[in-house]
Amino acid sequence: MKPLLEVSDLHVTFRSQHQEVKAIRGVDFTIGEGEVVAFVGESGSGKSVTFQSIMRLLPQPPANIDRGQVLYSGRDLTKLSEVDMQKIRGKEIAMIFQDPMTSLNPTIRVGKQITESLMRHQKLTSQEAKNRSIELLKMVGIPSPSERINQFPHQFSGGMRQRAMIAMALACSPKLLIADEPTTALDVTIQAQIIDLLKDLQNNTGSSIVFITHDLGVVAEIADRVAVMYAGKIVETGTLDEIFYDPKHPYTWGLLASMPKLDQSRDQDLASIPGSPPSLVNPPVGCPFTSRCPYAMKVCQEQMPEVTTSSDSHQVACWLQHPDAPEVKNPVASAGR
Amino acid sequence: MAKYTLKRFGLMLLTLFIITTVTFFLVRMLPGTPLANEEKLPAEIRDQILTQYGLKDPLYIQYFKFMGNLVQGDLGMSLSQSGRSVNELLSDRIGPSAIIGFQGILIGIVVGLLLGIAAALKRGTWVDSLASATAVFGVSIPNFVLAGLLSYWIGVKFALLPPALWGGYEFTILPSLALSVYVIAQVSRYIRTEMVEVLDQDYIRTAKAKGLAWRKIVTNHALRNAMIPAVTVLGPLTVNILTGSLVVENIFGIPGVGNLFVESIMVNDYTTVLGTTIFYSVLFLGVTFIVDVLYGIIDPRIRISGVKE
Repeated sequence: MKPLLEVSDLHVTFRSQHQEVKAIRGVDFTIGEGEVVAFVGESGSGKSVTFQSIMRLLPQPPANIDRGQVLYSGRDLTKLSEVDMQKIRGKEIAMIFQDPMTSLNPTIRVGKQITESLMRHQKLTSQEAKNRSIELLKMVGIPSPSERINQFPHQFSGGMRQRAMIAMALACSPKLLIADEPTTALDVTIQAQIIDLLKDLQNNTGSSIVFITHDLGVVAEIADRVAVMYAGKIVETGTLDEIFYDPKHPYTWGLLASMPKLDQSRDQDLASIPGSPPSLVNPPVGCPFTSRCPYAMKVCQEQMPEVTTSSDSHQVACWLQHPDAPEVKNPVASAGR
Repeated sequence: MAKYTLKRFGLMLLTLFIITTVTFFLVRMLPGTPLANEEKLPAEIRDQILTQYGLKDPLYIQYFKFMGNLVQGDLGMSLSQSGRSVNELLSDRIGPSAIIGFQGILIGIVVGLLLGIAAALKRGTWVDSLASATAVFGVSIPNFVLAGLLSYWIGVKFALLPPALWGGYEFTILPSLALSVYVIAQVSRYIRTEMVEVLDQDYIRTAKAKGLAWRKIVTNHALRNAMIPAVTVLGPLTVNILTGSLVVENIFGIPGVGNLFVESIMVNDYTTVLGTTIFYSVLFLGVTFIVDVLYGIIDPRIRISGVKE
């Protein structure tokens, strides 16, 4: 698979007068053409920040890309001028945001919000752009689109708004679509519809999708590959099967165990990972998961584990993979379903 | 929307009626009568004048007569300037007031808007500090002080512009400036606050993610949303211009409505006081009404909620 986006050694820091938050601390990954990659992890693990900094959407200051390379089709996005970056945003890489209620401008008609990027990137006339936006709305399953384009976001339901957001993102047929928790703010039946829609669109257009979420159920539905993030680092990455059936990192075990199961009895407590992630103001020297890890050893506190490769696609950063480490079996052997 | 507008209009007429009625009776409670040096006048001449102006009738008859004329747009005869109607006096005086009022609010809005936007975009820089210093200065210095200072420094000391009175266009500049400073202060402060808030919104990030240029994001996406709350201060600001013009016109000696108002109070010219009060009220109510309607046009959420779909 040809790589579309290659990120290496990305470091992002938020600086205020009082403190520095090291939000992303050395992230490496590759997204292939036509690939769907899910990024999972709890809030604050750096999933959204990673991609917003790749798109250079974070206000600078306070955010700053300290180090690293973001190669998109061979060009380093961190080195592009703002004007060149504008030609990438929306045209090459598009983004869908979490909350469709606040991500659409309340005072601008939905149609205009879609035509904006068409007119900017594809230089369409306003009539062409209007026709195209009607097509787009139809494609994402919005009924009577020619009337809908003249309405305002508050006249749309939550699911419809997210569909409109997707139509906006797809307007210029981007090669990479970043969906930042696109279903989190929606209710469950709508969630399923949006996932199906994204899957269909991916099949038809062949664009790559990055799916940021903390819902492993969604991941299982859509992703080819999964990257698990914790405290500003990717701790494990692998194919969908590898992550669900053969997870190696204790944090991944914890995540999988935390998924409620349908056959679980009501008396049984829902599983959780005790504790909370470390502060990224003074991130720990060693493995950031140490304080919550039931298998933590002395070395975990002192040194960040190397990334070990167990297959072409499966990589883990955990001391348990070291030949000298004790044998620990995945406690949720049946995690894969 | 139509129903809402109609309701606001009805309320406006009711308010105007109450203001007129209350003022009618209040001016009669002022000490003295419209007749200057009345004790020196022979009784029969006095009687004759009072009858001529209908001032001998019982108060309620005078009231109904006045209201009857008012409905037909007639504000009555001036009591201090013989042979001239209040309508005439007002139309003579309206020009200068309108010019300085309009210029004042225009300068205020344009400069305030630019200053507020600049401050929000350059948050924490010297531009921002300059804007907030201007705002504090503009809000805290009363316009009679400012008018005096402008007249003295620019008019007398540096002799750049005429310090007072009324003539060509150059006479309008200092009074307009004196009126505009408060508007600049208020508008820039509001726009800055709103703009800072709007620029932090998710939909601005969405617009940026679409690849729009920053300038376009500011003008198409941010400004409109930032202006919605600012429109509401336009009403009070216009009122401030109106009341400010009373003072400023007197300081600069401009023959405007404000000047007329003050003069007519001094000489107990009942009809003129009443006429100017009604004039100011109509302006004030009209502005508030327009602002309400404007608000609905700028914010589609309000426009819709007024209508049964």
